[in-house]
Amino acid sequence: MQQIINFLIRNKTTLLYLLLLFISLIFTVQSHSYHRSTFFNSANWVSGNIFQTSSNISSYFGLREENNSLLEENRELRNQLFNLTLRDSLELDTTGLQYSILTGRIIKNSYTNKKNYLTINLGSEQGVVQDMGVITAKGILGIVEASSAKYANVQSILNTNSNINAKIKNTNYFGSLTWNGSDFTTVQLEDIPRLVPLMVGDTIVTGAMSSIFPENIPIGVIKKFDLNTSQSFYQIDVGLFNDMTNIRNVYLIGNLDRAEILELQTSIEDGQE
Amino acid sequence: MGRNNVFIHIVRFILLVLVQVLVFNQLNFLGFINPMVYILFLFWYPIKENRMLFIGLGFVLGLVIDIFSDTLALHSAASVTIAYLRPAMMRFVFGVNYEFQSFRLSNTTLVQQFTFLALLILVHHVVFYSLEIFSLANLLLILKKVVFNVLGSIVMCTLLSSLFSTEKE
Repeated sequence: MQQIINFLIRNKTTLLYLLLLFISLIFTVQSHSYHRSTFFNSANWVSGNIFQTSSNISSYFGLREENNSLLEENRELRNQLFNLTLRDSLELDTTGLQYSILTGRIIKNSYTNKKNYLTINLGSEQGVVQDMGVITAKGILGIVEASSAKYANVQSILNTNSNINAKIKNTNYFGSLTWNGSDFTTVQLEDIPRLVPLMVGDTIVTGAMSSIFPENIPIGVIKKFDLNTSQSFYQIDVGLFNDMTNIRNVYLIGNLDRAEILELQTSIEDGQE
Repeated sequence: MGRNNVFIHIVRFILLVLVQVLVFNQLNFLGFINPMVYILFLFWYPIKENRMLFIGLGFVLGLVIDIFSDTLALHSAASVTIAYLRPAMMRFVFGVNYEFQSFRLSNTTLVQQFTFLALLILVHHVVFYSLEIFSLANLLLILKKVVFNVLGSIVMCTLLSSLFSTEKE
C-alpha cells in the first residue's frame, strides 16, 4: 500500500498529464458522433456575445456588397413572382404553410478544419431548434446542431459528419452529400448508380427525402465524376454555389410537418421489429 | 510569484485568447494557414513554477480556445502535451544551465529562444493535426498542414514575442 502511494506521489505530474489527455481524447471521440453537448460550443453565452460584438463592428465594412446581393436576390424572386400564373385569389393565411423561415446573420465562420461549425445570432428565444436547415440566397449551408438562448451552432456542409440528401436536378436520382475534408469549394456526392447519365456542369439540388430541407434548393454543379472502387456507383465532386469564405446573411428553414414525419417513420420502424 | 505577476498572467491569458479567436482564427491565409499564437502563453510562463499547476493551465487554455473555435478538444490535447513536455524541451535546448536558480529566459541567446519556441510549436501542431485528421490515410494532408501552419505560427509568434518581450534588459 505504502509503495502504491509512493508511486502515485512520485509520478503525480505524469498521471495528471495522462488524465487530462484522456479527458480531451474522450471529448474528441465524442465529437465524432452526430449530437454534441449543447454547452461546450461557441453558441454559449460568453463566446456568443464576444463574436456578436466583433461581428457588429466588422459587418459595417461589407454593407455595400450585402446590399447588392440582396437586391440581386430580390430581382430573382420578383422575376419568378411576375412570371407565375396566379390563381384567382392569393392565399394570405398561414394555415396551409409547410415551412417557416427565419433570417439571421453568421457571427463566426470557419472552413479550414475537418469539422467546421458556424455560429449564428439566433437562438431558442427566436424559435431556433435542432435540425433546422440553414441556407443562403445561393444555396445550402448546413443544419442547426445546438442552440442556446440567443445563439445557435450550425454544422456546416464542410464537416466530415455532414450527410445531406441530394439529387440531380430535374431527375429523381438521389444520393448523399458528404465532405472529404480537403477542399472548401468542393463537396462529394455519393451513391449515384452507374447507369445514370451524367455531364460535367449538371446542377445538384437538395432531394425530397429529407425532412430538413425543402426539395430543389440549389447546392452546386458537377465538377468531375469517377466510378468508385466497386465500379457500380459514381463518386462525384460538386463545386458549391456558395463561396463558403464569404457568407453573412442566412435563412433558417423550419419544417412544420417534421414532427409528424418523424413520428410516422418511427412507428413504421417499430412495427417492423 | 507575487500578486502583480499573477495579474499579468491573467491579463496575458485573456488577451492571447481574444487575439487568437478574433484575429488569427479568422486569418485563413492561403485558405488554410491560421497561426496559433496562444502558445506564447506557455512559452512566457515562468520556469520555476509548480508543474501540476502549469499542466492544468495548459489544459484550461486549450479548452477555452476549443470552445470558441468548436474543435472540442483538439487544442486541449495539444497544449496539455506541450505543457507536460516543456521541461524536457528546455533541458534539450538550454542544457544543464536551466537547472540553476538564476536561469532566466531573457539571459539565453536569441537562437536558443527561437529553437525552444519552434520546438513547442512543432510538437503542438503535430499532435493537433494528427488528432484532427485521425487517420494515416491522410498522411500527406497532415504533413502539408503541419509544415505550413508551423511556419505561419513561428513567424507570428516570433514577431509577437519580440514586440512584447517580457523582461527588458
